[in-house]
Amino acid sequence: MELVTPSIGLVFWTTLCFGILLFLLGKFAWKPILASISEREKSIEGALLQAEAAKEEMARLTNENELLLKQARAERDQILKEAKQIKDNIINEAKESAQAEGTKIIERARIEIDNQKAIAMADVKNQVATLSLEIAEKVLRKQFEDQKKQDALVADLLKEVKLK
Amino acid sequence: MTSGTILNSKLFRIFFICAFFLTAGLFPKVTLAAENGPDTSKTKFDAKAMILEHISDSHSWPVAFPFVKEKFLSLPVILYTDKGLEVFGSDKIQEEGAVYAGKFYSYKLEANHIKVVDASGAVNEAASKKVWDLSITRNVISLFMSIAILLIVFFSISSSYRKRQGKAPKGLQSFLEPLILFVRDDIAVPNMGHKYARFMPLLLTIFFFILINNLMGMIPFFPGGYNLTGNIAVTATLSAVILFVVNLNGNKHYWKHIFVPNPWWLFFIMIPVEVVGIISKPVALTIRLFANITAGHILILSLISLIFILNTIWVSPVSVVFVVFMDAIELLVAFLQAYIFTLLSALFIGMAIEEHH
Repeated sequence: MELVTPSIGLVFWTTLCFGILLFLLGKFAWKPILASISEREKSIEGALLQAEAAKEEMARLTNENELLLKQARAERDQILKEAKQIKDNIINEAKESAQAEGTKIIERARIEIDNQKAIAMADVKNQVATLSLEIAEKVLRKQFEDQKKQDALVADLLKEVKLK
Repeated sequence: MTSGTILNSKLFRIFFICAFFLTAGLFPKVTLAAENGPDTSKTKFDAKAMILEHISDSHSWPVAFPFVKEKFLSLPVILYTDKGLEVFGSDKIQEEGAVYAGKFYSYKLEANHIKVVDASGAVNEAASKKVWDLSITRNVISLFMSIAILLIVFFSISSSYRKRQGKAPKGLQSFLEPLILFVRDDIAVPNMGHKYARFMPLLLTIFFFILINNLMGMIPFFPGGYNLTGNIAVTATLSAVILFVVNLNGNKHYWKHIFVPNPWWLFFIMIPVEVVGIISKPVALTIRLFANITAGHILILSLISLIFILNTIWVSPVSVVFVVFMDAIELLVAFLQAYIFTLLSALFIGMAIEEHH
């Protein structure tokens, strides 16, 4: 019975001391300790969230970069393709115009040649005619030194004329 | 097997410990023999008296106990009588039958209680009832010591929290932080929900107060060697604190649950049952802590007493092995009871402040 009878003195001192302990620890220990623990937890959580956000941002940036790269590559391909087309066009055009020019030059040359030829021919003809006339004259002079022959010829010629 | 492995083997260590205590067991016998003197050497060892003396409170403290049994620390006796306050040293009444004449009455120590005696030396029970014994007893001193320890420890870690703001805990701080977090995350939050923060100081104080006193009680000599959390006055006071906190914070759902039973016509049974429930919860807390700690102390002391009851050192290995085993269990119980008391306190408070949806 002695053991389970609370003594008033100990109840009094326990109440007093526990009250003081509760007050002191509550004010000067638990409050700052719990506050700093929760603050630290918050900061750790914040840091983790930030890290997560940074990771996401990183992934987003990488994605964006890749997209940009892809776009740039596509654009480059496009430009190259266009350039090639332009180049082909230019070459084709050049070829065509060169061909046309060439044809024109050849044409002109041929006309010139034809002209020259005609002129030359005309000249040759004239000379041949002159030459033939001279030859004919000389031949005739030789032939017609004899009067008889001249008469015979005139007679022949006249005959021919009559036939026509 | 090399000699190193023999020294490290478990069996050797157990043997060594047993041998040590076998040798050490010789000494108490020597001192006992010296105390009792040649003519009283046949005095029987009274285990019950020894154990009760240890687990109950007393007005003196054998501070140098293992070395000098007679050296007692004189503790102040404070008596609140109907005529005024009376203060004197406990050494005045420590001797068997010594009577101290105070300002108002004469006092004598009888069965560890201070009694008023009249002129003839007989105990005056009627006058004794009017005297309130507020003495600084052994348990009060140990209460002061444990509170001093708690204040020093927690003020120091509080300052290290301030100094190392936002950094990882270090030293004592890192040893105690898991316990603080345990009280918060495993005791307070699951039982009290989002309103836990207001009760955290109370729960932490109760947890560490019970824990430190359980642990100090396990130390067999001076700084420890008391039985504070195994004293019903202390556990009752702690439970009374919980009783007040629970009922002062009880919301309307809590009171409605007590006074408006469902169905309402059961009120003549339910109201008394619920009112008994209010009282029985702290009473259960009181008795659980008191009984667990006291039982542990009694068991350990009984096992030690076995050596002196059987009056042979050959029992000591058995006693020592069992006491070491019991000490290990008591260490567990020290944590467990601090946990259970705090857990149930949190549960009761949580039930009183719970919001019904």
